[in-house]
Amino acid sequence: MTTREWLLSESPASRMQARLGRSYRVWLALLRNPLAVIGAVIILALIVLAVFAPYFATHSPYAGTLTDRLKPPSAEFLLGTDELGRDIWSRIVYGARITLMIVLLVAVIAAPVGLVVGAISGYVGGWTDRILMGITDVFLSMPKLILALAFVAALGPGIENAVIAIAITSWPAYARIARAETLTFRSSEFIAAVRLQGASAARIVIRHILPLCSSSVIIRVTLDMAGIILTAAGLGFLGLGAQPPLPEWGAMISRGRAFILDQWWVATMPGFAIVIVSLGFCFLGDGLRDVLDPKSGGKQ
Amino acid sequence: MSIEPAIEPGAAAKPPAASRAKAGRRLAISVGAFALTIAFTFLGLLAITFFIGRVIPIDPVLAVVGDRAPQAVYERVRLEMGLDRPLIVQFVSYVGDVATGNLGQSVTTGRPVISDLARVFPATLEMATLGIIIGVALGVPMGVWAAARQGSITDQVIRVVGLLGYSVPAFWLGLIGLLLFYARLQWVAGPGRLDIFYDGLVPTVTGLMLVDSLLAGNWTVFKNAVSHLVLPASILGFFSLAYIARMTRSFMLDQLSQEYVTTARVKGVPERAVIWRHAFRPIRVPLITVIGLSYAGLLEGSVMIETVFSWPGIGNYLTSALLNADMNAVLGATLVIGAVFIGINKVSDVLYRVLDPRAR
Repeated sequence: MTTREWLLSESPASRMQARLGRSYRVWLALLRNPLAVIGAVIILALIVLAVFAPYFATHSPYAGTLTDRLKPPSAEFLLGTDELGRDIWSRIVYGARITLMIVLLVAVIAAPVGLVVGAISGYVGGWTDRILMGITDVFLSMPKLILALAFVAALGPGIENAVIAIAITSWPAYARIARAETLTFRSSEFIAAVRLQGASAARIVIRHILPLCSSSVIIRVTLDMAGIILTAAGLGFLGLGAQPPLPEWGAMISRGRAFILDQWWVATMPGFAIVIVSLGFCFLGDGLRDVLDPKSGGKQ
Repeated sequence: MSIEPAIEPGAAAKPPAASRAKAGRRLAISVGAFALTIAFTFLGLLAITFFIGRVIPIDPVLAVVGDRAPQAVYERVRLEMGLDRPLIVQFVSYVGDVATGNLGQSVTTGRPVISDLARVFPATLEMATLGIIIGVALGVPMGVWAAARQGSITDQVIRVVGLLGYSVPAFWLGLIGLLLFYARLQWVAGPGRLDIFYDGLVPTVTGLMLVDSLLAGNWTVFKNAVSHLVLPASILGFFSLAYIARMTRSFMLDQLSQEYVTTARVKGVPERAVIWRHAFRPIRVPLITVIGLSYAGLLEGSVMIETVFSWPGIGNYLTSALLNADMNAVLGATLVIGAVFIGINKVSDVLYRVLDPRAR
């Protein structure tokens, strides 16, 4: 029996085999979706760039020579230099770290909060549900970018505050999804069985409900990544996100704005980085949804 | 509004008067519940802006007097701002202030925030409205087209264009647009609403430059205003186009897989008529909601675009207030954009219920 047959076996002999088989099927389905593959490659490239930034950067991202300021793209400066003579390619490479960090932090803060609020709301029901969902709906009906702007204005500019502001505006969507998922299997028999065994509500929610909600939340998080990157870049562009000299892509565009007419590369190059990475997350999220969520699959 | 017996078999058996009274009561309850959700949402918005303005800053008094003010001044300002009262009392008086249109003074312009906002709002409205017109005019046909040729190259291209709408930063696209169409090709005018020498030539009536210049009969100003407006509005329109095309496509695919479409095709109805007369009709109602949502989204998107194009609208007002730490202006603008956003969302929700026979 080859590994492939073992993975695709219709009657798995162990729990591990079933899990691995399921992951392998998802993987095969993803491979059949060209856009999803492109998206995964882009994100993999982003991660590699961020982790091994010193190996890909040709110059220092912070120190520049003023005699080299505003040089057009060339063999030495792949994407040109900015107004302080810093190499734009190297800055974009180091900027990948900041982008990745923002995206991960927002996901790590917002997704669990949304999951827990949604699962509790759906499982407990009654007034708890009404109050929690009331708050969620109020947040959902606000314009996200404006809300994030106002939060950063109050908290003060900076990358940590930008992350907090974006997280505050993005958890409600996950709460809604988690609640909807919870409602579908709240009254199912396996939950009743666990309850009859004497499990507490907390144990049921944590051990049995949260894991089942997480796949749809993960899809939604992947789809939202592009939006998170754009909001973070927007905050950076307005000078409210990462502060200089950090090579944050939005802030780099903002500095290049002054030279847009003559030295176009200063503002355009970081923009391409944002577009490529956001598209990558969109492609992957779309592909994941088609594969993992059969309800909307096939249509797209 | 009539009740169809097919939907409500129980009501049909009762005398008509009773069923009408029941329908009336149900309508009253749903209107009441709806008004309650709106009130709750607005109160939530106020709670958030109150929270941002009074609770998050470590000391709102310091933000006003500066950190070198003498203790006596500090104490006086603290009392004047009413910060010695319990939070809930402060919140109630804040809601009262907002309800009477008192959003405080702007530190930068020295005028009441509410009159500043009234002055800048028409510029945003003009740009967002032209943007949504562009988005609907292109997005709906694109979505229908993509659905009609599902899986073709056209479909793939439209799909990627749609995804680009989710992955391109608006401010960056604005800069590229200025670089290409203003600096290089010189097809359109640059930032701002009018060239400087046309400023103040037409009297402000509505605040909408296109309407005002037409009212004054001044064609030169009108042409100049169009040439300034077309680029930011198109960029804004692109973002609504992406969303509208995507949703139209998915609605259309739902319809095209229905049996009545097959029936129409079997009868020999031309494909064009199948698409536009049969399949497109039922999706008009959900499309209204989508268009409403993206119109509200454009008000938000205009913040970035206005900053890039120095467009004197509410977004530009908000960002310059942010940079000057003018908190009253920031919160006022947030409140107005949030309220308009919620308002448009709720109106499209109501339209959906009124227009869709199944939701009636």
